[in-house]
Amino acid sequence: MSPKAAKSFPSPYSVKTPKGAEGWQELYPYYLVFQDNLRKQEEAKFWFCDSQHWPNVFKPFEVIGVEFASRCLGAYNTRHYIIPPANGIDFRIHMGYNYFSPVGVAPELIPDRVPHFLERAGHYFANWGELLENWRKDVLKNIEEIDSINFSKLPDMVPLADVTGGKGMDPSVQLFDDYDRLISLCYKNWERHFEFLNLGYVAYLDLFMFCKEAFPGIPDLAIAKMVMGVDSVLFRPDDELKTLADLAVKLDLTALFTGDDSAKILAAVAAAPKGAEWMSAFEKAQDPWFNYTVGNGFYGTDVYWRDNLDLPVGYISDYVTRVAKGERLHRPKDELIAERDRITEEYAAALDGEAKETFMGKLGLARVVYPYVEDHNFYIEHWTMGVFWRKVRQLGQLLTDEGFWGKAEDILYLSRDEVRPVLFDYANAWAVGTEPVGPTYWPAEIARRTKIIAALETERPAPAFNEPPAEINEPFTVMLWGITTDQVQQWLGADDSGKGGLRGMAASGGVVEGRARVIMNPDQLGELVQGEILVAPVTAPSWGPVFGKISATVTDIGGMMSHAAIVCREYGLPAVTGTGKASTTIKTGMMLRVDGTNGTVEILSK
Amino acid sequence: MALYTFPFDSSETPEHDRLGGKCTSLAIMTTAGMPVPPGFAVTTEAFDAVVNDKKLQDHIHSILKGIDLDNVADLDHGAAQIRELILTQPVPDEVYAEVHTAYNTLMELCGGEVPVAVRSSATAEDLPDASFAGQQDTYLWITGETFVLQKIRECWASLYTSRAITYRHANNIPDEGLSIAVAVQKMVNSRSSGVAMTIDPSNGDRTKIVIDSSWGLGEMVVSGEVTPDNFLLDKVMMSVVKRVISDKHEELVPTGHGSIARREVDEERRNSPSLSEEEVVGVAKLAKAAEKHYGSVQDVEWAIDADLPAGQNILLLQSRPETVWSQKQAEVKVVSSGSGIEAITKSMLSTMNRDK
Repeated sequence: MSPKAAKSFPSPYSVKTPKGAEGWQELYPYYLVFQDNLRKQEEAKFWFCDSQHWPNVFKPFEVIGVEFASRCLGAYNTRHYIIPPANGIDFRIHMGYNYFSPVGVAPELIPDRVPHFLERAGHYFANWGELLENWRKDVLKNIEEIDSINFSKLPDMVPLADVTGGKGMDPSVQLFDDYDRLISLCYKNWERHFEFLNLGYVAYLDLFMFCKEAFPGIPDLAIAKMVMGVDSVLFRPDDELKTLADLAVKLDLTALFTGDDSAKILAAVAAAPKGAEWMSAFEKAQDPWFNYTVGNGFYGTDVYWRDNLDLPVGYISDYVTRVAKGERLHRPKDELIAERDRITEEYAAALDGEAKETFMGKLGLARVVYPYVEDHNFYIEHWTMGVFWRKVRQLGQLLTDEGFWGKAEDILYLSRDEVRPVLFDYANAWAVGTEPVGPTYWPAEIARRTKIIAALETERPAPAFNEPPAEINEPFTVMLWGITTDQVQQWLGADDSGKGGLRGMAASGGVVEGRARVIMNPDQLGELVQGEILVAPVTAPSWGPVFGKISATVTDIGGMMSHAAIVCREYGLPAVTGTGKASTTIKTGMMLRVDGTNGTVEILSK
Repeated sequence: MALYTFPFDSSETPEHDRLGGKCTSLAIMTTAGMPVPPGFAVTTEAFDAVVNDKKLQDHIHSILKGIDLDNVADLDHGAAQIRELILTQPVPDEVYAEVHTAYNTLMELCGGEVPVAVRSSATAEDLPDASFAGQQDTYLWITGETFVLQKIRECWASLYTSRAITYRHANNIPDEGLSIAVAVQKMVNSRSSGVAMTIDPSNGDRTKIVIDSSWGLGEMVVSGEVTPDNFLLDKVMMSVVKRVISDKHEELVPTGHGSIARREVDEERRNSPSLSEEEVVGVAKLAKAAEKHYGSVQDVEWAIDADLPAGQNILLLQSRPETVWSQKQAEVKVVSSGSGIEAITKSMLSTMNRDK
């Protein structure tokens, strides 16, 4: 705890807009920007930046992710399960970045919420397996339905069959409907995303709080390790690549995995004597495991493996080289399980009687619910959003072909509600037999917006706004974002750790020294050299294949349950998360000492 | 495999018959992760190779036979005669060569010639127990190979002190087949030292290890003359939970000749941690190993040796059961007992109350 008094973060109203970004507010919904007439209310709240999920400036369409996610998260706390002390998390977009402010429940209202929570959440805990199976079916059905949507050019004539069949409608109906369904299905899976997640965290937190009482000072990492899954589907895509690499070596195809051109490599493999067997395994792995992004699912430009085979094939090539050298690639599952059991047994051994029973009971429930906390990410962020963005880009391409703008991704510069009128413009001109107005309006407007976004991107987000509460112990905030009282003090510059090192969450244990590689966006991942320490504002679990290459991870943002933390624990790599400023303090090439057990990063030499 | 010597960190199984009680326990502790000051045993085979000489044995027996055990002067005289025979008996080359190698290997590890302790290590009831006769055959602060070899011989000869001879006689222990091993062990040169307990004494939490540490010898920590650095570790994860670095104004340091000097700690060191991060974890591991070995909560005295290389410089001096806290029920208060939704709700609400 810092001895210095807490200071305040700036007000969002006093932060200067970057040059050229004037008017950025108009790119986002009115209810998501800090409105001048609400200044007093907004300044009374503490807002922190979630650059863990949204490290980059939103283009207008991309606001869909934060809106759907945050709204649905809130609804489950506030309206489904009536979680006694916690409502949702309010959110705003400021200069292109997302800010959160948790909404508590007035103490006098809490008791009345308890019976509802017991009944509702109790039902879920009691029927977890069955309800989860129902969840999986519905989520997959929604994905399938999104995948079936196909945006294509309106035909010159209404199909004859529609005319003779007396359909009485033209294909614009389907076009509008498809767009509405696309948005609605995406929304539905975001609803599903939080159906189990909040309860998963609640049960985990219950174990967490118990451990903090029974073993005062127990490292968060220890608790995370006790419930750690080893078979999460989140790691399956990377495992598939490793298996494919093993197979390539076994089938004598090693020499063919050279160069960067996946098309060339795949053609060479297909033509090779035993290539057919490998190609069929490769095809099989793609569905669904290549619905996997190097981003995090929240950006329309996130690249998914199945849309760009250079990525997975590149990773496979890397792996093939290493397998050929005799390296064992697969994560050490047995070791992870042995470690998990050792930790659990040692803590359990320190307890007797009722306390021990309580511990085992809570641990048991946490282990039932915890796999969801890891697994859901593949189904929603990767799979659902991968298919979703592909369809958005498909529509973008259609409208590009119709002259509305220059390239498919330009659609992202429109909000989702602006796209609907564009479709009407298109269908209207098609119906009337004239030219749509959009092509004369949007290119200039998109160019203007592009400039604003680019100007916003020149600034990193402020970590927080307004005066922080004296103590931050709202458990979700601490657990998911790594935002603690100390962390906030450090952002405020009141930290006095002295050594010129960085402090963060001890997210995954171990001590490692090595060279830093600062990665500001996924495109730079190729620069990583074996054994380097990955330093990034935030990592995505889908950077999976690079975790086999690096020796440790340091991030600016993220708590014990952040994706970087989870992945590092599963890969057995030290990780320090939530340092606040690692990616701006550390430069590529510096020698670092990362202590993931104590949550410190030391810069050894420049 | 050496026959006449046995390093304490040897991967071979220590056999009591070869090493005697003291050396066996030193070797067992070292391999169980509780490294005592490094050293080696001169095995009973070495003693046998020197003393099991027909002529010498006959000579010893004839002297023993002639002693009148009731006559103290006669006993002392006979005992001294036998000891003199052992002290002058030639040592076979192969025995000498092995001891020479073992000693020099130890000195190399210590980065040069440093003082050692030479102690006898009896195999059975050949000698009265240590509390009774220990002082006689323990030689501290011995420097130089010649002196060390001399003290080894003196340990061998210690089988024939007046007291040992009467002890065997009184207990009907035959003089045939007597043997003895000798421990040669580095004298600890404490850079830092202190105590470690495998429980948090503030609340009885058995998943913690507390370490008190200061510069120099540990006496000032134990007696409370300095405020030591204090570290609290999680015993399972071996991570530091809390550290308090204190102003350690004074230290006791060995002078190298068996005496101890008390001195002021200079400005720079007094407020610096007396243990590095690695050493804190090393001490905790040592304490945890002791707890595992003895099967109960332990109170451990340890030292960091200034002469030994990092990684091998954390030494266990003594370990004994902790008796105060381990007898009591832990005082850790668990509010959120039970499991399932009711318990979850209860603990959720107690968390919020704590916020206020």
